[in-house]
Amino acid sequence: MNVTTNTRAQRMTFWEKLYLPEIAKGLALTFKTMFKPKLTRQYPEERWEPLGSYRGRPVLVLEEDGERCVACGLCSRVCPALAIEVQAGETEREKERYPVKFEINMLRCIYCGLCEEVCPEEAIVMSKDYDIVFHSQEEAIFGKDKLLVPIARLQERLEFLRQYK
Amino acid sequence: MPTITIDGRKIETQPGKTIIEAALENGIAIPHFCWHPALSVAGNCRMCLVRVGSYKKGADGALERDAEGNPVVQWMPKLQIACATPVADGMVVDTVGEKTIAAQNAVMEFLLINHPLDCPICDEAGQCKLQEYAFTHSRGESRFLEEKVHKPKRVAWSDRVMFDGERCILCSRCIRFANEIAKQPVLTFVERNDHVTIELFEGTTFDSPYSMNVIELCPVGALTSADFRFKSRVWEMSFTPSVCPGCARGCNINIGVRDNQILRLEPRPNPHVNQYWMCDAGRLEQYRWVNTGRISGAAVRRSGSLESVSFEDAYRIASNLLSAAKGNAMMILSGSVTNEDGFVARECAAAFGIEHVAFVERNDPTFGDDFLRSSDRNANATGLRALGIPSTTWEELLQRMHERMPAVIYFIGADPFAEQDGSGWEELLRSGGAIIAQLSNHSQLEEIADVVLPAATYAEIEGTFTNCDGWVQYLQPAVETAETLRRINGMAQSRLDEFGAPNDRWTHGERRQCRPHWQLLTGVAGAAGYSIAYRSAAEVFAAIEERVEAFNAMNYEALRQYRGIRLGRGNDPEPVGVVYRSHYMKPQSD
Repeated sequence: MNVTTNTRAQRMTFWEKLYLPEIAKGLALTFKTMFKPKLTRQYPEERWEPLGSYRGRPVLVLEEDGERCVACGLCSRVCPALAIEVQAGETEREKERYPVKFEINMLRCIYCGLCEEVCPEEAIVMSKDYDIVFHSQEEAIFGKDKLLVPIARLQERLEFLRQYK
Repeated sequence: MPTITIDGRKIETQPGKTIIEAALENGIAIPHFCWHPALSVAGNCRMCLVRVGSYKKGADGALERDAEGNPVVQWMPKLQIACATPVADGMVVDTVGEKTIAAQNAVMEFLLINHPLDCPICDEAGQCKLQEYAFTHSRGESRFLEEKVHKPKRVAWSDRVMFDGERCILCSRCIRFANEIAKQPVLTFVERNDHVTIELFEGTTFDSPYSMNVIELCPVGALTSADFRFKSRVWEMSFTPSVCPGCARGCNINIGVRDNQILRLEPRPNPHVNQYWMCDAGRLEQYRWVNTGRISGAAVRRSGSLESVSFEDAYRIASNLLSAAKGNAMMILSGSVTNEDGFVARECAAAFGIEHVAFVERNDPTFGDDFLRSSDRNANATGLRALGIPSTTWEELLQRMHERMPAVIYFIGADPFAEQDGSGWEELLRSGGAIIAQLSNHSQLEEIADVVLPAATYAEIEGTFTNCDGWVQYLQPAVETAETLRRINGMAQSRLDEFGAPNDRWTHGERRQCRPHWQLLTGVAGAAGYSIAYRSAAEVFAAIEERVEAFNAMNYEALRQYRGIRLGRGNDPEPVGVVYRSHYMKPQSD
C-alpha cells in the first residue's frame, strides 16, 4: 500500500503546532486596529456621497419648462437589458414630442450608462442614487414621477459629461 | 438594343430608358431622392450624378487602347444626372468612381446645410432616405457654422397630412404625386433660393383620397401622418405583408404592429395590383377595428343572457341547432371572408344539408373611383364566386325570410347591423329561428344571437383573398391570438417581441380568444360527427387547388413569390420583375 508520510502536519515544527504565537499575532493586529480611525459608516444616517463620475440609477433631467426628453426612443433601443419603455406624444412646445410614458424597469437595469451616452438631448443621466429599494416587481418599474429630477441636483454629473463624454 | 457599361458590367437595355432605370433593372442602386419610377422626372435633387462617357475611337474607327490594352474612355467634362440621361449604345457609366462619389458627397453636404438636426423628434428617423445617404455619402460632421434657414413647421395640408418646411429637401415628389397620381394639383414651390418651400394654393387643402401616399413617398420626414404622429419608432414595430380588406382592389399593405396592436398600415409595392399606392380610407379605417371592440371567447344564450363557454361547448350547441333544423337553415357569408373560409363553409353546408348558402354584396358607388378604390367593398367577392358561392343582398334576404323563416340562420362574418342600418332586421331575427353568429367585433347581432363564435380578423389569419381583377393574394398573420405565438408560428417579430419576457409590460398587448372562420366551421361540423378535417389554412387551400379549377397549380409559396397569381393562371404566373423600393434601409417585410 502506498501511504504518503510527508503531510503538512508532519512538516510543522513544535511552535507551529502549538498555534499560540499565531494567536498572539492576530490579537496584536486587532488591538492595533482598535485605536485607528473607524471606516464603518452609520448608514443610512451617515451616507457616502459619490463623485460625479458615479453611475447610479438613471434619471430624467427636469428643466424649468418641463422635461428635456423628446421621447426619441434611442435609450430604449440601445438598452442591452431592455429595461426602458417610452411612449411618445405630441405637445405644443417648440420640440413637438414628449414622453407620455417613460418607464425604467429597475429590476432589469444594469447601470451600464449606455442610455446616457446615446441620448441626443442629454435628457437621461446617471444620478448618484445607489440605494434603490422595492418590495414587488410592480414597484420596481419607475415611471416619470420617480425619474424626473430637477436639473439643479444633477449639475455635477452634467459637468462631468461635458468634460469627458 | 443599346448596350451600356455600368461600372464595368455590360448591360443590355431598351432604347428610351434612362441610366437609373437600366441600373435598377439590373440591381445597381444609384443614390437618388427626387426620382420615382411612377412619377415624371424632375431632376432637381442632383443626388444621382454619375460620370458618363464613351469609348474613344481612333481615325480608323478602332477602339483606342491604353498601355495595358484596356479601351480608353472619353468622359464627358461634367457629371450627368442618371435619372434624366437616356441610355445610348456604347455608353459607359461610372457610379462608384472617385469623381462620382465626390459629387454625390457634395450634394449631400448641400442638402444637410439647412436640414435641422431633429432626427430624435422626427417620425421618419430609422426609415429616412436622407439618413441612409448620410451614412454612405457624408463626411459625418457639418462645416456650416451659420444659422440654418427657418421655415414654417407643423403646417396641416389636410387633417391627414402634416408638413414641416425645414425638413423638406425640395425634391418635388409630393408636388408631382399631387399633379400626376392624385390629380389634385394644389401644391407648388414658393419663394426663391434657400427660402424655397412648398405651399398649398390659397384656399385649397390637399385632401385627395390618395393624399397620404406622400408620407411614404417623401424621402425625408417633411410629410408625416397626422394619425400616426409619434405613436411609435419604426424600429419598434414588426412589419407583416398583407392585403387591405377595405375593398375589392386588395391593395398590398404592410401591417405595422407593436405590443400586438396594429399601429399603422402602409402600402407595399405590387406592380400587378396597386403599384406603390393605397387609399387613405383603407389606411385609416382598416386597423382600428382589429385593435378595439373585439369579441374574445365563445358564448351561448342561456335563459336570455349570453354566457361564456368553451369553444367545444359552443360547437356542440351550434351543431345541435343545425342538425335539428334538418336543412331548414340559411348560411349567410360576408364577402370579406377568405377563399378558405368560403370553401369550408360550402363543405359544412353540404354536410348539414343546408341549401341556401350565399354571401352578401356590399356595393358603395360613392366609394369607387377610376383608380384604386372599387365600389365593391367586399374583399373577396370574386373569390367566393369562383368557389361557386352565389351572391345576394340584404334586401333580398329580408324578403326571403319574411316569406319563410328558416329554423337556423348562420352568419359567417356577415352582420346586417354593421354593414347597413339594420332596419327591419331586429324584429325579424327576434321573431323566430335560432341564430349562430361568427363575429369578430361587438355588434347588435351579438345581442340577438344564440351562439356567438369569436372570429379572427384578416390580420390574424393565414389565407387568400381574390381581388376584383382575379388576383389571388396571400395573407399572413400579423397579430397574435390566444392560440398563436409569434416565435412558434413564424410571424414577424420586432426586437421587443424577440427579446422580451412574458412579464415585461410591452408584451401585454391583448391576445384574444378567436379562430379563423374555417376553423370554427370545421369545429361545428366535427361536433355533429361530420369529418371536415383540416388542420391548417394551407391544407384547405390545397383542397381548393385540387377541386376548384380556377385555383389549379397554386400554393401559398407561389402566391407569395409572384405577389399574387390570377385565377386560372396557376400554371403560368406573371412574373413580378424588379420591385422598386424607395427607402432601402426601411424595415422590409418581404
